[in-house]
Amino acid sequence: MKNFKIAQPKTIDQITSLLSEKRDKYYLMAGGTDLLGEIKDEIIEPEAVVDLTSIPNLSYIKKEKDGVRIGALTTVAELAKNLMIKQEYPGLHEAANGIATPQLRNMATVGGNLCQRPRCWYYRDPQVKCRKKGGSRCFAFRGKNKYHAIFGGGLCYIVHPSDLAPVLFALDAEIFISSSKGDKSIPLTDFFILPKVTVSKENILEPDEVLKEVKIPAPKRGEKSTYYKLMERGAWDFALVSVAVKANVSGDVFKDTKIVLGGVAPAPWRLKKAENMIEGKKITENLLRQATKEALKDARPLKENEYKKELIETIVYRAALSLV
Amino acid sequence: MEKIKKKKRKTFTRRDFLKGFGSGALGAAVVPKLVSQDVFSLQTKEGKIPLYSKKQITLNINEKNYSLVIEPRETLLHVLREKLNLTGTKKTCSGGECGACTVLLDGNPIYSCLTLAIRADNKKITTVEGLAADGKLHPIQQAFIEKDGYQCGFCTPGFIMSSVALLEKNKNPLTEEIKTALSGNLCRCGNYSKIYEAVSVASKSMRGA
Repeated sequence: MKNFKIAQPKTIDQITSLLSEKRDKYYLMAGGTDLLGEIKDEIIEPEAVVDLTSIPNLSYIKKEKDGVRIGALTTVAELAKNLMIKQEYPGLHEAANGIATPQLRNMATVGGNLCQRPRCWYYRDPQVKCRKKGGSRCFAFRGKNKYHAIFGGGLCYIVHPSDLAPVLFALDAEIFISSSKGDKSIPLTDFFILPKVTVSKENILEPDEVLKEVKIPAPKRGEKSTYYKLMERGAWDFALVSVAVKANVSGDVFKDTKIVLGGVAPAPWRLKKAENMIEGKKITENLLRQATKEALKDARPLKENEYKKELIETIVYRAALSLV
Repeated sequence: MEKIKKKKRKTFTRRDFLKGFGSGALGAAVVPKLVSQDVFSLQTKEGKIPLYSKKQITLNINEKNYSLVIEPRETLLHVLREKLNLTGTKKTCSGGECGACTVLLDGNPIYSCLTLAIRADNKKITTVEGLAADGKLHPIQQAFIEKDGYQCGFCTPGFIMSSVALLEKNKNPLTEEIKTALSGNLCRCGNYSKIYEAVSVASKSMRGA
């Protein structure tokens, strides 16, 4: 691993001030599990790493009247073992619990999980200069693309690797961002961007911006959520396909349904057509399969990943029925 | 063996050179108190922010304090094995994919290969060397021996550290809970059933059952 300098600032303002002046090749490190992997593999070569863990009080889960606030440096393990989260946002609990391994959950953070870089093997190969890394083409498009996107591709076919993102999407989360220009809050849905908007990154964060907090609104009466994740092995893997379902459930009727997929697009992917088709109706396996099939007509699978469509059809109905 | 030695010497020489060069060129910026520490401050609107190329840290490993100067890129695993000669912690994949380097940081199992040593400054680290006490093996180590909880043994320290963390929190785990707690460790000999059995036996002996 090549050497780099490290800054251990004490406040968010120091970080944003540092980044606003020296933003090239300065990288933020939260849990470090992804960033260090990128440095070791020589995908990035930081001049300096800015250690976020040196800032106190960025790790918390605070319940308030209108929802819960989660500090960006809260570890995935802390999120997974929080009983209030388990009760009020079971989908978030399930997603956190299914991330990687106990060791990685103890290290990885909520903010880092949302900002992690893609696992695409072309992107992770230091020898390959793909379009995401400033090259001229996406090698997955005509190459090995078993794990790649079937929605939202074009220019680049990565899938977003985060497990927390689909469920936070479904839960209408907001995020707070600090920068030298001041703080702002945006819905999580505006945070992620597709390659056709900006191919080199997966979210709107500018080099001088820091993700500080995630806020989830208080659950409405009757609100239920769940997260299903399919992997090639039983643990320690990224999702082949995952789904977060949230709905206000009364009996077997769903209202305000959100169905958000992970592992199928460069950003969390909502199945709006399916949501609309089941809204206010009596939920059955048949209806869910039909609705999902309809929504899957928009999918554009590559040569090796059409199987994801079948997986989606199956987990959507299983996840949704589990809420009845 | 010879090869490794050679490589080590080369690295050392180069660093030595850089160290000498660095302290000359950046002489004014070096904190006088800690001569071998290499730091310069970056002036920002929010005051001076120190930027370390080398930093003095203190690691509390197995209840002993070690003070040393390290580069930011040095992982905890590297420092344990190469600088402190604590080679019980194993290096295999070096990328958070195998679990052989598992140690406890403030009681929680983590991968030392993906942890910068600089960020473990002033934290409590437990490695496999810290388990035996008064010449007696830890009950989990004993159970791994009795139940053949290893074959080649290379993954064993990692498995044992994950098991220690589990049994600290859960005195009487179900087999499913043992499997989950050890899901971040790989055994390429495929000795899993014996490992689970060893942990289960250890939990019994630790409860005095």
